[in-house]
Amino acid sequence: MSEQPPRTKTIKTDYLARVEGEGAMQVKIKDGRVTDVKLRIYEPPRFFEAFLRGRSYLEAPDITARICGICPVAYQMSSVQAMEDICGVEVDGQLRNLRRLLYCGEWLESHALHVFMLHAPDFLGFSSAVELARAVPGLVEQALELKKTGNRLMSVIGGREVHPINVRVGGFYRAPSRGELDALVAPLERARELALAAVETVAGFDFPDYRHDYTLVSLADPELYPIDRGRIGSSEGLDIAPSAYDEHFVEEHVAWSNALHSRLVGGGSYLCGPLARFGLHYERLSPLARQAAQAAGVGPSERNPFRSIIVRAVELVYAADEALRLIADYELPDRPAVEVEPRAGVGYGATEAPRGLLYHRYRLDADGTILDAKIVPPTSQNQRTIEEDLRGVVERSLDLPDEQLSALCEQTIRNYDPCISCATHFLKLEVERC
Amino acid sequence: MIGVGNPWRGDDAAGLHTARALRPLLPPAVEVLEETGEPTSLLDRFAASDVLWLVDAVRSGAAPGTIHRLDVAAAELPAELFRTSTHHLGLAEAVELARALGRLPRQLAVFGIEGADFSAGEALSPPVARAVPKVAALIAEEVDACTKRR
Repeated sequence: MSEQPPRTKTIKTDYLARVEGEGAMQVKIKDGRVTDVKLRIYEPPRFFEAFLRGRSYLEAPDITARICGICPVAYQMSSVQAMEDICGVEVDGQLRNLRRLLYCGEWLESHALHVFMLHAPDFLGFSSAVELARAVPGLVEQALELKKTGNRLMSVIGGREVHPINVRVGGFYRAPSRGELDALVAPLERARELALAAVETVAGFDFPDYRHDYTLVSLADPELYPIDRGRIGSSEGLDIAPSAYDEHFVEEHVAWSNALHSRLVGGGSYLCGPLARFGLHYERLSPLARQAAQAAGVGPSERNPFRSIIVRAVELVYAADEALRLIADYELPDRPAVEVEPRAGVGYGATEAPRGLLYHRYRLDADGTILDAKIVPPTSQNQRTIEEDLRGVVERSLDLPDEQLSALCEQTIRNYDPCISCATHFLKLEVERC
Repeated sequence: MIGVGNPWRGDDAAGLHTARALRPLLPPAVEVLEETGEPTSLLDRFAASDVLWLVDAVRSGAAPGTIHRLDVAAAELPAELFRTSTHHLGLAEAVELARALGRLPRQLAVFGIEGADFSAGEALSPPVARAVPKVAALIAEEVDACTKRR
């Protein structure tokens, strides 16, 4: 018998479906070893940081909301927080609660879309949400109802369901009435039931056997599950104010992607998003969300990225639960926003977008004109980790036929709910030539 | 009738312009709406409609301004025609989801206007601007025929 020739194969997906934005993936395998993994983000650069220069600090929430149609609230919240940091203002009490409530709406919308419509088809062997709807219409009906409740929350507090217009530096243009929020209680209670059922459903999926000892990074709030503000912490003991972000995290350009890769200074990749929040702050979830997690068999030590779909469903329970708590405690604030006077300086904002930590930094001059801006979205931060997981998953699954291996790679990428449109923002164009 | 589009992305707004052109042509009983294409809202509109006309910009490779009329009852809508948003399921997926969930209106016609330029800006390209009143007139005729039948 002659020796088998070395086996080289390349798995390429030129257009990733069911992720937010335009990306492609390339994995090279030679002689049973993975030699190269690239997540190529080819959505064109978006230049938002440059657009912001020369604009008023008051415009930042409305301009940055346009970065993403699925997580506009995250952009608004990180930007207003940074502006308030510069101007020496803290937004607290009911205004902070309203911000958190609006954010719950975004988590509901985004997680419902991802869990059911984008990720569940992978586990159930369907190529799209439409196929899933044909086979299991009930599941898609649940997703639509959950998303609709998120939309309603966004409309009532944000002024409309996509790209809200009611957020301003210092608070809101208008605070909702008690009655408007009361009308959300029944749909949110229903959403909480649907989310509990979703946890049970997705916990029953089959999960590839894979584990990665990530460095987890998320915001940390002294009392609440991290959403709208806090310090930045990690599983390795990092505990910093958002103002120290640039000392601990760096962004690097790689030739194959229009999105910058982030890593820890003096270290490597890290993970942000649901699995990180859950791993670091499990104890801050509501009792109901913790119970649901426990019944589903996920705990803070969960490190299988495929099981992040269960964690996302648990966060759906939490978002509904937390929204109900905030509504129960609501009292119409004296005024919808606190006074903010511009001043020269640098400010920082960090919040938890549905898919992970979103960091903003701005420098203003004395009249509030933006001199420069830096925005680091969660998908940039996770990119390096996504590639590491692709490598790990492929190495364990080399015997699979190409088509199945390719599907598994896509499923792996969707573990991060990547928002490629958000991640694409750097200013340098390079052409890769093979 | 629902016009779908993004007002800030050039020809993507073709559906919105068609809705505006149609409003004065239609009897008050016909509701004319402008939507972003957000699928949950669209599905709600589908479920609440008996007879529905949808207009959106498409990209199929045909000459800019080409008018497509797609028969939703006859075949699945080709998803690649409507891939103009990176943040939502597209119009075709919304229609197919509605079909799978039994939420399609009794009668649904989809008009696609072939776009040329989807870059940032409010203006329609000339061939698309010329197609808009034609599509409006076609729909007005269909509405007329439909109301006469009743």
